[in-house]
Amino acid sequence: MRQVHAAPARLGAGSRGRGELSIGGSPVAPVDQRSAVAFQEPRLLPWRTITRNVELGLPRGTAKQDGQARVAELLRLVQLDHATSLRPRQISGGMAQRASLARALARNPGVLLLDEPFGALDALTRLTMQDLLLDVHAAEPTTILLVTHDVDEALQLADRIVLLGSDDDTPGATIRRVLEVGKKRPRDRGDAQLAILRAELLSLLGVENHHPEDYLTQAIKAQRARRASATAAGT
Amino acid sequence: MTGEAVSLSSSDFGTAVVERRRGGSRWRWLLGVSLPLALFGLWWLATHLAWVPVFKLPTPESVVTAAFDLAARDLLWQYIGISTQRVFLGFVIGSIIGLALGSLVGLSRFADSFLSPTIGAARAVPSLAWVPLLILYLGFGEDSKVALVIIGALFPVYTTVAGALRHVDPQLVEFGRAYGYHGARLLTTVQLPAVVPAIISGLRLALAQAWLFLVAAELVGSTMGLGFLLIESQNNGRIDRLFLAIVVLAVLGKLSDTLVGVLERFLLKRWG
Repeated sequence: MRQVHAAPARLGAGSRGRGELSIGGSPVAPVDQRSAVAFQEPRLLPWRTITRNVELGLPRGTAKQDGQARVAELLRLVQLDHATSLRPRQISGGMAQRASLARALARNPGVLLLDEPFGALDALTRLTMQDLLLDVHAAEPTTILLVTHDVDEALQLADRIVLLGSDDDTPGATIRRVLEVGKKRPRDRGDAQLAILRAELLSLLGVENHHPEDYLTQAIKAQRARRASATAAGT
Repeated sequence: MTGEAVSLSSSDFGTAVVERRRGGSRWRWLLGVSLPLALFGLWWLATHLAWVPVFKLPTPESVVTAAFDLAARDLLWQYIGISTQRVFLGFVIGSIIGLALGSLVGLSRFADSFLSPTIGAARAVPSLAWVPLLILYLGFGEDSKVALVIIGALFPVYTTVAGALRHVDPQLVEFGRAYGYHGARLLTTVQLPAVVPAIISGLRLALAQAWLFLVAAELVGSTMGLGFLLIESQNNGRIDRLFLAIVVLAVLGKLSDTLVGVLERFLLKRWG
């Protein structure tokens, strides 16, 4: 199963619930070689070059030549092949985050955990990074679990959106809703169906979206009309 | 509205290479040399115009003569050699012990609670207080002197390394753990490189302490070395040799500090 997951809420930090985590049927170890994580901050080691930072992600015991080839390939994938010998403080936030992504991919993870990876980037860089992540996912098809507060980001990237929320009386977060987006990527950022999902997600998150009362009905009507005219045009 | 086109390009494709420049450093050394030269001139004047009697302040020439005299009898190089050797051995061994102890105490809460009060108390013992005990245990030979220099070099490295390791960016440590680094590999990959600047300043302090403790060791019970030259000159009233010993100690201390400075520049370029 190769799917991208996204959940627009933070996992409850500190308060642990009960349950089991497993990848492919076998339970997950505290530090599992089958998974890799990239954080909200790049967390690159400032004294290492970009190449040497990405090398840190390679699984233990990787042969030197294989490792170098793999790192070069990943840096090309995240479009950093021009900056390999720079230090983290010499590059921008977006570049650092791409290096962090390459470092996570170097582990060849079965599950890639991205904890608000684009949260600290400016709005435009964030959109570029989302497209880049889709390219990376196409080249390295792994399961991605992406945590985000950005509803649009979830709609743009995810196969399945798991909406988390917390009740006041119980510690930690619980699953509120699981939504299948069911659209092929890359997705039209102005897609009407996504707009409907967006309205639904925002209202579930308790954000007033200022839509008119019959917004959903209107949107669905408009879509039906468009589909009808498209079939008409087809015949 | 202005007619200018607004280009929206994400800033992250331009590489902002920070270039560091130091202006006017070529002549800075002249400024540093000017004060010693002025002091030397003042010294010359003070002795030759008899502002200070010669038995209190020897003339610069007599100090130079004393140096040549000692050098001719092969004593100067012997003293410098043996003192430098003691400092070098004590500094290296003491730094390694300090680094190990500092790492232990800086990384483990248990070791911190268990060891640091005792180490703190040992550090508080004045240098000269160790000398009789060391002589009793290790004799008058090299061992007791090197041991005292080790004690002197150990604590500055221990203190700075332990303190710095407690404040390594926890986010970087968390990254290391999440990527399967732990124990010695986490220490050498993340924690020690992060505290390289602190280690270097610890080493510089340790070197200064090493010379301090060397003279303490040599003043009490030795038959050669610069500290011995000091105490012997005092006993014989040879103020020219006394000054010579002080000048040589100053030059050696500055030289060795410069060597650590070169090491610092190299290490900071690599890890800074």
